[in-house]
Amino acid sequence: MQSTRTDTQRIYELLESVDDPEIPVLSIMDMGIIRDVGIDNGKVTVKITPTYTGCPAMDMIGMQIKAALGEAGYEADVLTILAPAWSTDWMSETGKQKLRAYGIAPPMPKQSVCNDRLFAAEEAIQCPRCDSWHTHRISEFGSTACKSLYQCDDCKEPFDYFKCH
Amino acid sequence: MNTPLIQYTLHLADNALILGQRNAAWCGHGPVLEQDIAITNISLDLIGQARNFYQYAAALKNDGSTEDSLAYLRTEREFMNCLLPEMPNGDWGQTILRQFFFSAYQHQLYTRLQSSPDAQLAAIAAKALKEVTYHLRWSSEWVIRLGDGTDESHARMEKAVDALWAYTGELFMPAVYEKIPQAVDPSVLAAAWNEKVSSVFNEATLQLPAQTYMHSGGKTGTHTEEMGFLLTELQYVQRTFPGCEW
Repeated sequence: MQSTRTDTQRIYELLESVDDPEIPVLSIMDMGIIRDVGIDNGKVTVKITPTYTGCPAMDMIGMQIKAALGEAGYEADVLTILAPAWSTDWMSETGKQKLRAYGIAPPMPKQSVCNDRLFAAEEAIQCPRCDSWHTHRISEFGSTACKSLYQCDDCKEPFDYFKCH
Repeated sequence: MNTPLIQYTLHLADNALILGQRNAAWCGHGPVLEQDIAITNISLDLIGQARNFYQYAAALKNDGSTEDSLAYLRTEREFMNCLLPEMPNGDWGQTILRQFFFSAYQHQLYTRLQSSPDAQLAAIAAKALKEVTYHLRWSSEWVIRLGDGTDESHARMEKAVDALWAYTGELFMPAVYEKIPQAVDPSVLAAAWNEKVSSVFNEATLQLPAQTYMHSGGKTGTHTEEMGFLLTELQYVQRTFPGCEW
């Protein structure tokens, strides 16, 4: 099979259907972890990059990619690449909107938290439920490596913030 | 035969794995839920780093080794981690202080390792540095909270300093495999590490200990008595059911 532009497009469409196992509202395309798709002699290579070094979802994502492409008749290899390191800036705008609708505050566009200053002023994070900016951080670490825990001071709802990285 | 580059990669992996294993023992036992989650998140990041380094070491060895065989089937003398990560958890204060000492070291190390002529070591370091920055900030804040906290928390932090200080010097004593061009010479990290520790201790109202004898040996496989017990637990399943998989 010769590689064609159409094949590549088709593969990207299929990758849109693969969800992040830990945040199922996002596709892996939304997450910005697909770095490259190559086709050589009918053999597909998908390059992915982890969000966090220890992210336990990566193995699962690799299997899901192979399965999704396999069902469509593509034999695929999944390669993990580390450089350049993933950043929340690579998350799509659609992805950020989906996160918000799901109840997770999306990452702020520019990093101001990811520094080593102590007791640094926190970013204002908007409550994904009631839109209040009157929120505070409960914990720098949350239910997964990529999130920290906040609470809204107006509606009192605790929520996850997908921290900038 | 392991080349110095393989030994160096294993040393980086072992440091991360052993501290990750120590921190993981807090799972379900943290003083409050949020901090239980924090220390286990740090554990997850460290084990992730270890996996990256082991995978690279296995590729370099090219003898059938895998990340799993390197973690689960080497003996105590083959582990090249520093002594600090294998120190017991003690109380929360001792765990926090060990993390702070180690994160301050890793932060300096990975900042430089990002520019290693070895592309894979550089990539792993650049990736992990983002996470280590969180670890360092979190552990620094906790050293300050506890040191400058109550009489009880201050006393416990002093005890932790006494227990751990003599294991910090080894971090900066270069082993033979740390003298290759791909590695960072750890002796150049000491000044910045001391500066960081001094400034945090100052805010935490803790005294830096006087010059003391510094233990070493971990980097070349001579460990404390803690290490055998740690590996027994870490390797139990693979030793009991060889080759078992999830």
